[in-house]
Amino acid sequence: MSDTPIDRVAKATPPSVASKIRGLSDRAIAWLFVLPTIFLLLAVNIFPLIWTINLSFTNFRANRPNREVDYIGLRNYERILTDEDIWLTMQATAHFLFWTIFFQVLIGFTLAWLINRKFKGNDLWTTLIVLPMMLSPAVVGNFWTFLYQPQIGLFNYGISFLTGIDPSSFQMIGDVTLAPWSIVIVDTWMWTPFVMLICLAGLRSIPDYIYEAAEIDRASQWRQFWTITIPMVLPFLMLAVLFRGIENFKMFDLVVQLTGGGPGSITELTSINLKREAFEKWRTGYASAYAIILFVTVFGLASIYVKALNKVKER
Amino acid sequence: MSSYSITEPSSLQKWLAGTLVVAYAVITLLPLVWILTTGFKSPVDAIAYPPKILFEPSLEGYVNLFTTRTRVAPETLEALPPPATWYEEVVRNRDMVIAGPSRYGERFLNSVIIGFGSTFLSVFLGTLAAYAFSRFKVPLKDDLLFFILSTRMMPPIAVAIPIFLMFRTLGLSDTHLGMILLYTAVNISLAVWLLKGFMDEIPREYEEAALIDGYTRFQAFYKVVLPQAATGIASTAIFCLIFSWNEYAFAVLLTSGTAQTAPPFIPTIIGVGGQDWPAVAAGATLFLVPVMVFTILLRKHLLRGITFGAVRK
Repeated sequence: MSDTPIDRVAKATPPSVASKIRGLSDRAIAWLFVLPTIFLLLAVNIFPLIWTINLSFTNFRANRPNREVDYIGLRNYERILTDEDIWLTMQATAHFLFWTIFFQVLIGFTLAWLINRKFKGNDLWTTLIVLPMMLSPAVVGNFWTFLYQPQIGLFNYGISFLTGIDPSSFQMIGDVTLAPWSIVIVDTWMWTPFVMLICLAGLRSIPDYIYEAAEIDRASQWRQFWTITIPMVLPFLMLAVLFRGIENFKMFDLVVQLTGGGPGSITELTSINLKREAFEKWRTGYASAYAIILFVTVFGLASIYVKALNKVKER
Repeated sequence: MSSYSITEPSSLQKWLAGTLVVAYAVITLLPLVWILTTGFKSPVDAIAYPPKILFEPSLEGYVNLFTTRTRVAPETLEALPPPATWYEEVVRNRDMVIAGPSRYGERFLNSVIIGFGSTFLSVFLGTLAAYAFSRFKVPLKDDLLFFILSTRMMPPIAVAIPIFLMFRTLGLSDTHLGMILLYTAVNISLAVWLLKGFMDEIPREYEEAALIDGYTRFQAFYKVVLPQAATGIASTAIFCLIFSWNEYAFAVLLTSGTAQTAPPFIPTIIGVGGQDWPAVAAGATLFLVPVMVFTILLRKHLLRGITFGAVRK
């Protein structure tokens, strides 16, 4: 482990060279410091990206590396954009994105607002609330399948305790109408604290004197909330939405462990669908085109969003 | 700060807010409490209806986590010498004998090696790059910084296709080195962005004074800047470590045996007729508790790490 290429270079460098390095100009040091990082990113991010673009025009299959590869132009792209199953996948992803962000913003902001009432011990409780989002989504997601079991699962038991519905009468994961909500619930459970933390930072950045001035002007609490609190927190809230949006568009580990995309393909989000095409059906060329489409979508949406965010910040 | 402020919430407001937040915290922590307690339940208690809150603690989950067992006929069991250890006794009570250790220990160790290896490498490279970005005029600086950030927008599965092919060609599939390099590449964007923020906050005057005193740039960097950035470096390291520790998508696609980490392994712990929940919970507990401890220790730096330094407060 310790014998990385960098270590080897360091060992192989004779002292005279080392003393020369010490006298290097600032410019040379700047490059010396930046280049290893750039090189690593080129090798593990950009080179693969270019390779993916190249593969996306072929009918290559990774499980048959010796078969001849044909360039088939834009056929993969054409097939993906006209495939109805992929549109269903996109719809599942959109449903997941919309509702997770909706609930996380609603609950996260409310919690932050409550914590900002500065009650005694708020630090401790904030830390405890944050715990779920720091944990491994795959491990926790897997355990949620246990909590979701009819009868013996804690979740079903809790629901029946509160509403009186028979705990074995519904299956969160196995039911076509409930499964999309089962993943929304776990993601909301896990990531609400993230939105909460960012909102809390926003709320704490509002200086007291603004409220004091409003108080002197006899503005009502309600009016203060809508004309001071909300506009001042909005840039933070939008940032939280951006982060959650990108993360949930990429969502894989949590949902794969929870439902595996099922029942049928009701909860098959784009990443899970892509994994199936690439590593189960081994349609590498096709999956590469799919990956490029996803990347362009995220990148495009994120850029538009960042522009909007900057406008809000300028106000 | 004045001792009395008209914006201070009333004590009723505080009490109400506190109650609601505590109620939320208790509900949200229940699944985690359930993981911790299920690990100490016997298989029968774990799947009891209604779910058991009070139960007789048992270490069977932990024994099952670390061993593989085989069922033997009662007469063979009786012919065996009495169990030498307490865990053998636990297993014998289920009409089984220990066949050998499970793979959990190895997988956990892989997580440790890959986690610490990639953390060290990304913090090392990230510190250098962040210093350069913070102090020098690097051509195309903003573009490079954005490029570093944008590498995070790719879905891991999309990157995994060519990485899979590349690793296969280079013989890096299912190796520790391959996973360390991969996680380093993923983590380095976070490391550079966070560390640049920390370095920007260190006054340039410190180094300039050192340079005037006859230090070279290198000496100024590691004798003046590094000690000042120590807290920042430490918290960046913990964030990189938590990421590598929790990562699943790459691990499940690129490792199968030798270098497999714990997250893809834990969900595959099965017993008779499905998952062995006490053992799964035991494995999850050992895996999650270190992160919980770090989170509590790190609470002051948390926000900066998880937002890529976008929110500083």
